[in-house]
Amino acid sequence: MGWRVAQHGDKEMSGAKEGAELRLVTPGEAIGASSGVRAGTGTLIMGDNIIATKVGWVKENNGVTSVDPISSAYMPRSGDLVIGIVESVRNNLWFGDVNGPFNGLLPMSLAPWKVEFGAARQHMDIGDIMLARVQEVDEAHNIVLTMKGVGLRRLKEGIMSEISMNHISRLRGENDSTLRELKEVSDCRIIVAENGRVWIDGDSEGISFMRTVLELVRNDGHKATFSESLDSLIKERRNA
Amino acid sequence: MGGYGDVQLLREDGLRLDGRKVDEMREVKVEAGILPAADGSAWVQHGLNVAVCAVYGPMEAHPRKIQRQDRAVIDVRYNMAPFSTSDRIRPGFNRRSREISKVTAEALESVVLVERFPRSKIRVEIEILAAEAGTRCVGITAAAVALADAGIPMKDLIVGVASGKIEDTVVLDLDKAEDNYGQADLPMGILPTTGEIAFLQMDGDLSVEEYNTCVEYNMKAAKEIHELMVDALKRRYMEKNGGEA
Repeated sequence: MGWRVAQHGDKEMSGAKEGAELRLVTPGEAIGASSGVRAGTGTLIMGDNIIATKVGWVKENNGVTSVDPISSAYMPRSGDLVIGIVESVRNNLWFGDVNGPFNGLLPMSLAPWKVEFGAARQHMDIGDIMLARVQEVDEAHNIVLTMKGVGLRRLKEGIMSEISMNHISRLRGENDSTLRELKEVSDCRIIVAENGRVWIDGDSEGISFMRTVLELVRNDGHKATFSESLDSLIKERRNA
Repeated sequence: MGGYGDVQLLREDGLRLDGRKVDEMREVKVEAGILPAADGSAWVQHGLNVAVCAVYGPMEAHPRKIQRQDRAVIDVRYNMAPFSTSDRIRPGFNRRSREISKVTAEALESVVLVERFPRSKIRVEIEILAAEAGTRCVGITAAAVALADAGIPMKDLIVGVASGKIEDTVVLDLDKAEDNYGQADLPMGILPTTGEIAFLQMDGDLSVEEYNTCVEYNMKAAKEIHELMVDALKRRYMEKNGGEA
């Protein structure tokens, strides 16, 4: 991960309070009084105070105080679109690594193929990449995946790369605007999954351009200058 | 006079052998995010002690028998490098490192919100590169910074700090000679914002008054180290030119 710079005093790039100055907090740091506000993600109420539980930027929205963490692990939620790597195969199910703390389980019944018992490997083997959706997560972190749905499939070509969780929104842009522009400019098919994995398929030049873009996201994704740098990359590509 | 033999640990002018006052700490430096492969990492120098800590996870707890259905387990491995002291340390786990790993894990469990990650494991690797008394405290401090760097939710940043007694005088932050020839040692894990104590060990005897003075010294030192830890974590994200980590 090489994306660790933000300048204190950077203006918030998106969110409710336009132009509000960002405040970086560390675990245990009091954010404010707990009365009248609700504690959101990354915070905890301790006595009269709301305290941060993670390193991140304070965000206040509709009376909810939360901390936008700078680094966090992927925690699957039902409905998430994820790119998984098959880790092991049983007679009637697959286990996929979804970049989270636990492997996702894809049962035969939720696969897009008609699979005979014992023939799971013929459809998807260890190391294969799948585009799946999280069907269910229970309180013990058991993850059930599904590949029944529009577009969900085994990804046979293209490349896969990873970005950190908090850069996903930067790569997508508001209402996916940035992503749409990148698709158009690179002439590639791109999927940005909820678990920080990105799948790209197209001609080699397009893929190479997208690799540069992902490198920029990893290094500068949290900087205020990110949009400018990306725009100049896109412009360069258009003129080429 | 107390202690062992005729080793003099306090000078005529009331200062200690290295010129520190009784309530003065050794110099502390903290860096966050130094290891690219780890989810979170930290480097802490405390006097001549150097500790590096790497945090991985949360991940599935293996072997399965250590899993807890309602919370995460913290798997700490404290290890001293063979070259960390003047006598070579035989590599690998020993009785002392096993004990320190256990008490460190228990100290960290009281600050990390372990109930957020049922059945998981958070792996904390503490490596002591150079040792000069008080390595368990340095390890705890490094682990706290590395956990925060990894984005693991915590109530507070726990700080490891020690006081002790030499020549019937309570002193803060014992160095090697004071640890070896002093009368008592009181390492503590402190939650600086609330003043709670999450970890306490005592080696030697202290009267109630001496103990209270030790706690007072430790609390003061914990606040100072806490500021350095916060600064290290913030500095990492506010550097102008950043760079690869």
